[in-house]
Amino acid sequence: MTNVGLARLQFGVTTSYHFLIVPLTIGMAFQLALLETLYWRRPTSEGRQLLDFFGRLFLINFAVGVVTGILLEFEFGMNWSNYARFVGDVFGAPLAIEALVSFFMESTFIAVWIFGWDRISPRIHAWSMWLVALGSSLSAFWILVANAFMQEPTGYRKVHGHAVMNNFLALLGNPQLWVEFPHTELAALCTGAFFVAGISAYYLQKGQYLNEFQQSFRTGIYVAAVTSILVIVAGHEQAQHLAAIQPMNLAVSEALWHTSSVHASWTLAAWVDPVRQINRFAVRIPYMLSILAYNRLSGRVMGIDTLQHMYMRRYGPGWYVPPVLITYWAFRFMILMGLLMAFMAVKGVFLERRKRLMKHPRFLKLMVYAVGLPLLGNLMGWVMAEVGRQPWVVYGLETTVQGVSPTVPIVDVWMTFIGFTLLYGILGVLDIYLLVKCIRLGPGTQESPDDMGLMEVNRSEEPPL
Amino acid sequence: MNLPALWFILIGVLFVGYFFLEGFDYGVGMLLPFVGRTDDERRAVLATIGPVWDANEVWLITAGGAIFSAFPNWYATLFSGFYLALALLITALILRGVALEFRSKDDGKWWRSLWDFVIWLGSTIPGFVWGVAMGNILHGMPINGHMDYIGGFFTLLNPYALAGGCATGLLFVLHGALYLSLKTPSPLRERSMRIARKMSRLTMVAYFGFVVLSYFFADFVNTFGIDPGPVPLLAGSSMVAVGFLLRSGLLGWAFAMTALTIFLSTMSVFLALYPRVIISRLNPAWDLTVYNAASNHYSLTVMSIVAISALPFVLAYQIWTYWIFRKRVSLHETFHY
Ligand code: HDD
Ligand code: HEM
Ligand code: HEM
Repeated sequence: MTNVGLARLQFGVTTSYHFLIVPLTIGMAFQLALLETLYWRRPTSEGRQLLDFFGRLFLINFAVGVVTGILLEFEFGMNWSNYARFVGDVFGAPLAIEALVSFFMESTFIAVWIFGWDRISPRIHAWSMWLVALGSSLSAFWILVANAFMQEPTGYRKVHGHAVMNNFLALLGNPQLWVEFPHTELAALCTGAFFVAGISAYYLQKGQYLNEFQQSFRTGIYVAAVTSILVIVAGHEQAQHLAAIQPMNLAVSEALWHTSSVHASWTLAAWVDPVRQINRFAVRIPYMLSILAYNRLSGRVMGIDTLQHMYMRRYGPGWYVPPVLITYWAFRFMILMGLLMAFMAVKGVFLERRKRLMKHPRFLKLMVYAVGLPLLGNLMGWVMAEVGRQPWVVYGLETTVQGVSPTVPIVDVWMTFIGFTLLYGILGVLDIYLLVKCIRLGPGTQESPDDMGLMEVNRSEEPPL
Repeated sequence: MNLPALWFILIGVLFVGYFFLEGFDYGVGMLLPFVGRTDDERRAVLATIGPVWDANEVWLITAGGAIFSAFPNWYATLFSGFYLALALLITALILRGVALEFRSKDDGKWWRSLWDFVIWLGSTIPGFVWGVAMGNILHGMPINGHMDYIGGFFTLLNPYALAGGCATGLLFVLHGALYLSLKTPSPLRERSMRIARKMSRLTMVAYFGFVVLSYFFADFVNTFGIDPGPVPLLAGSSMVAVGFLLRSGLLGWAFAMTALTIFLSTMSVFLALYPRVIISRLNPAWDLTVYNAASNHYSLTVMSIVAISALPFVLAYQIWTYWIFRKRVSLHETFHY
């Protein structure tokens, strides 16, 4: 394996891991803030137990999310030093702002939330969870400002072979950002909502803690239903934008070897043969690709061969086709996840409203497994976006091969790659072990920071702050 | 306005914040097995840094982000050059972060001692790595004409740099011991004070040893950027003062003095380097300076506006948290960690 290949693999593994966790914490912070607001308006001991319970699960994930982020922040310099020199002027800014405005906010207020139960007033306590939720969503925003620049460079000028920022507002107004951020943020909110609803469903179908978990199932399933539908809408927007800015990415994600006819059909599944560049067998839905790309029944979608010629003319000789199999299936999987999520969430809301939830234990059991759907959807979306961007690291400006650190010995990259992969593997096992343990024990059985009764008495007194 | 210079100062401030704040919580981590003997005592020790360590660590992340955005070349050279050292540092930070959160989530005996050890390890490595890094930065590194580091990992482990590692590590232990004696109840308080007293001598030896070695090995001595004048002397005096204040029982002041030592030493390093950020041992023309490493004027202006408007808020709410959690930890509370 070459230096570049290994550095790519390492980046892929480490970001994927980070992003398996992060949407969950973004979405859960929002769920906790909602639950705490309800608790603040009407303090009950069930409400408090619920907060403690989901708080524990949240914090276990949060810790893993935080520590896996640190590596990413440094990895741009370690493995991609030429990339960092080339775009640092533009790309560094959102990263620094992210740290300054969101990481400080998240880490400070999460601590206030954990340790502040009896030191600050319940109102400020609830506010601090809202600030954590806001901070983590802002963090997603700023990192996506950086990523959107890589997908569709704006607000820069090239000086002495470097990209140099010349318009910060153009960086923030990047059209790619405004399709990418809503889609990612909604997916994250949905991930947290499914988690809360799924864990609640686990207890409901076992008939335990019904009072507590009916409440959290409700907040979870409503948010899940709204966001899972909006994720699909936003994803559709994003696909249309992709057709305009990275037609090659769309073409490989569709395994569209040749430019389509005027009415482009969408393949539900196909036996893609990347060597002979054909699809041997395909299930087609007529008109659907034209709709996906242009919102019309007609419209040609450019194929891989045409685009390869176009890119050669524009950028010089080279191979501009990203791995087709990976992107093709990643895209299909994401859409499948989206449809399943929307179906489950809408059905959940329907049963909830009719008060028929408890009569459908099979559905509740399925909800527990549905926790995995958004996690997979998130990952597949990123694989499609990042792999489909290849061979560019910054679209049209710098290739991934040019971005790698030139003097780091390959042995070192192997060492860190193996080391971090192993470490992350172990963290994953421990994370799941602790989550399962907490879930088995259930709410209220573990030591809780202070006495429930006390909290309610405290409400009427002078708050400590 | 000289924006590269402003950013050099801002990054200096971020590093001072990081060394001062994480300095004591690394120290607390290193002392965990020695100050806390029973499980409750250890939880009390961890409770002193529980509400603050994560935000303290963000000072480092912000410093990294600030270097990236203001001096992309500095970021690229430094981080690819210190490749394995950084991987080690990050591994330590990863382990330490999860260890703090995981430790008390299971009450198995071996589980807790395992994570206590990991907290100790994860707190010991960073101080040492930063000292070694500082030594190398002062000593200069083999940097070629393309701003790339061409030495190996073991080039970094020269005796001078290792001395820097020991000095920094010990300084953090002392800083942490003083913090613990301010924040813990008896008998932890007495134990920490005893350790602080012992450590203050050892730290002084290591610290001054490193300063003396600097006269032989550091590149800056002949070519000061800005003559730091009395700053290193003041740093040395505050180090000496720690011992005296400790013996007089003025713990708060002693803690303030280790803080001052950290502040002034970091400042001396930055002053002496300026305008260089990375020294090439191969050819002075290949040094990275705040000018050839910097972003363009426009992005520095944008970043200055953002930083100057955000920093007061960040400082305000951080100070607010220290205020909420100002009380001495007691052995009778229920602990989160
Ligand atoms: C729960 C997760 C989830 C679900 C259900 C979906 N997506 Fe998605 N998708 C993401 C999570 C995601 C993501 C992880 O958030 C991505 C990766 C990059 C990005 O901006 O968002 C993404 C990217 C992404 C892209 C951009 C790829 C690129 O930039 O190369 C497109 C075109 C779509 N999605 C389209 C869809 C469509 C049509 C969906 C309909 C069902 C859909 N997504 C469901
Ligand atoms: C968090 C979700 C993300 C995931 C799961 C993810 C996944 C990946 C994967 C799989 C690759 C390897 C692609 C390949 O080499 O074929 C990659 C590359 C890369 N991604 Fe991402 N990515 C994510 C977000 C980001 C963001 C937000 C940024 C920038 C701020 C980013 C920057 C990069 C860079 C610099 C590379 C290396 C160069 C390259 O291979 O293109 N990624 N990512
Ligand atoms: C590849 C680029 C990325 C980098 C460099 C990066 C960097 C970091 C860092 C350094 C942290 C730790 C902060 C702390 O100590 O408190 C972190 C945590 C976090 N990151 Fe990332 N990140 C990346 C991708 C993403 C993406 C794509 C998102 C969201 C869309 C995201 C959202 C978050 C959030 C919400 C946290 C807070 C911790 C948590 O909730 O788990 N990051 N990230």
